[in-house]
Amino acid sequence: MKTTFKVVAGLALSAIAAVSQAQIKPSVIYDMGGKFDRSFNQASYSGAEAFRKETGIKYTDFEITNEGQREQVMLRFAQRGFSPIVVAGFQQAPIVEKVAKQFPKTHFVLIDAVVDLPNVRSVVFKEQEGSFLVGALAAMKTEHDAVGFIGGMDIPLIRKFGCGYEQGAKYISKDINVLQNMTGTTPSAWNDPTKGGELARAQFDKGVDIIYAAAGGTGVGVYQAAVDAGKLAIGVDSNQNYLHPGKMLTSMVKRVDVAVKSAFEDEMKGKFTPGLQVVGLKENGVDWALDEFNRPLLSEEDIAKVQDIRAKIVAGDIKVHNWEDTKSCEY
Amino acid sequence: MEMFDQIFSLLGASIRLATPLMFAAMAGIFSERSGIVDIGLEGKMLISAFASACAAYETGSPWLGLLAGILVSVMFALMHGYASITQRGDQTISGLAVNFLASGLTVVLGHAWYGQGGLTPSVHDERFKSIILPGAEWLGENVPVVGPFYEQVISGHNILVYLAFVSVAAAYWVLFRTRFGLRLRATGEEPNAVDSAGISVAWVRYRAMIVTGVLCGCAGTYLSIAQNAAFQREMTAGRGYIALAAVIFGKWHPKGALGACLLFGFLQSLETRLQSVQLPLVGELPSQVFSAIPYIITVVLLAGFIGKAIAPKNVGVPYVKER
Repeated sequence: MKTTFKVVAGLALSAIAAVSQAQIKPSVIYDMGGKFDRSFNQASYSGAEAFRKETGIKYTDFEITNEGQREQVMLRFAQRGFSPIVVAGFQQAPIVEKVAKQFPKTHFVLIDAVVDLPNVRSVVFKEQEGSFLVGALAAMKTEHDAVGFIGGMDIPLIRKFGCGYEQGAKYISKDINVLQNMTGTTPSAWNDPTKGGELARAQFDKGVDIIYAAAGGTGVGVYQAAVDAGKLAIGVDSNQNYLHPGKMLTSMVKRVDVAVKSAFEDEMKGKFTPGLQVVGLKENGVDWALDEFNRPLLSEEDIAKVQDIRAKIVAGDIKVHNWEDTKSCEY
Repeated sequence: MEMFDQIFSLLGASIRLATPLMFAAMAGIFSERSGIVDIGLEGKMLISAFASACAAYETGSPWLGLLAGILVSVMFALMHGYASITQRGDQTISGLAVNFLASGLTVVLGHAWYGQGGLTPSVHDERFKSIILPGAEWLGENVPVVGPFYEQVISGHNILVYLAFVSVAAAYWVLFRTRFGLRLRATGEEPNAVDSAGISVAWVRYRAMIVTGVLCGCAGTYLSIAQNAAFQREMTAGRGYIALAAVIFGKWHPKGALGACLLFGFLQSLETRLQSVQLPLVGELPSQVFSAIPYIITVVLLAGFIGKAIAPKNVGVPYVKER
């Protein structure tokens, strides 16, 4: 009896092994904020989910909840033979660099930061371009000539969002007042809706009537404050228009989902390429969201005007300054 | 007028931000005055924020949400009480355990129940809304300065904000004007004396923990379904520790703690308003300065620069009956 069981178990195991050899073992590591932050990490998650639904190939994922886990998890994933390992979030870059060197055969995909190694693909977005668009739209719709921006943690990436937004607003109206606030300087700034709400209320009191939040989970508090005060908000990373229909002017969509999905697909087809990918409006890497939830807020002219600006940026007629180039917002 | 508007909006925000601190600080005072160190304020706030968000969403009533938040928080307080009173364990460790448990449990349960990674579905109408006090609008328009002050600073908060002020007054009255308060304070100072007077030290301390739980429950509920509309992972963001600092800063007295909470709330709202604003003489102040001030003040106070903060004599010492 025992031996039969062993044989059967052995057969079953080898069958599983045979199947998994033929398939790829993709994985995602989300950053702090969690995969349902309705924002950046959720975009990675929906890309991975879309891949699973289309191909039936399962993936493994992990949500980082403290700094110490980063290296541990990435090492474990690499040891267990996962490839590609999609790593979302700039804070993971140093760890990717370390682990990718130890596992030269494993493919890594780093989102929002750059690591120059032969087995790492780095995907960065031109957030300034998407932010420019939503900034322009905000400037068109404001009634008090004041629009606001609330960032999460004070880092160059978020400054990039804010700077693009400011340029877009000023493109429409030179004298517009653009207020900018950062929630904090530690990772908990991504997860403090209370403070986000208070920052929003402070901006409303200064006359702002549209706020763009690039702040992960903190943004949820910003949107709620906008709803409570009867003002408008602009979402980020994922399309967040559905959160408060009629109160979200639009969302600056960052197609992290596409980046994740195409990384999985490339691996499946054996066409994985390392190197740097910079995607902007032209490559559909960023965009503004227009759907049934925010369409009632916009007139045909508004939509046409935004599309026109979009076309100009794609064609290169409007140059959007990148904060990271000069470490300042001078354009 | 513009300047007054800005000042009043700043004061209004200070009160909103001070509210959870006030509840939690009163909770801390009850527990510490009875002789139990409670660094688990943070954890109790977090778990009650979660419980009340779930209950409010499921039942559609913010009041049931508050009740659920209080119940769960009292449960956690009693757990801490059992470890530190009956089992005479290390109170700091037990408090830490409460924090860790709350931090983990909220995410795990939230994920299991709602599948949104620790977020709870947002409640739109089932939360504590702001109350416009009678006459606020009329006074705001017709009476200079005092009218807008009444309209923007005193009126327009949700019921829990007013309850927080009531809780401070109640804490003062209970601690200094009732028999229970006297016994509670004596338990923190000299449990031997209390015991020899024939009063059970353990029972006094357990009752203090229940009060602590109730107050922390209010603080958590305020965060999740009054100020926000959903629970979010780690949404307390260190407020429990700030409240503890307020307890020390206020020298374990409700009046002092109230002042400290209002000051900390004021600093927080100042931070949200002074960011990237050019100040005369100093220029732009980094926001970290404001976030650090509560801790700096506490350290300075503890170092003895602004008077002495003397803790209850037997705080943190498990009571062992002499034989």
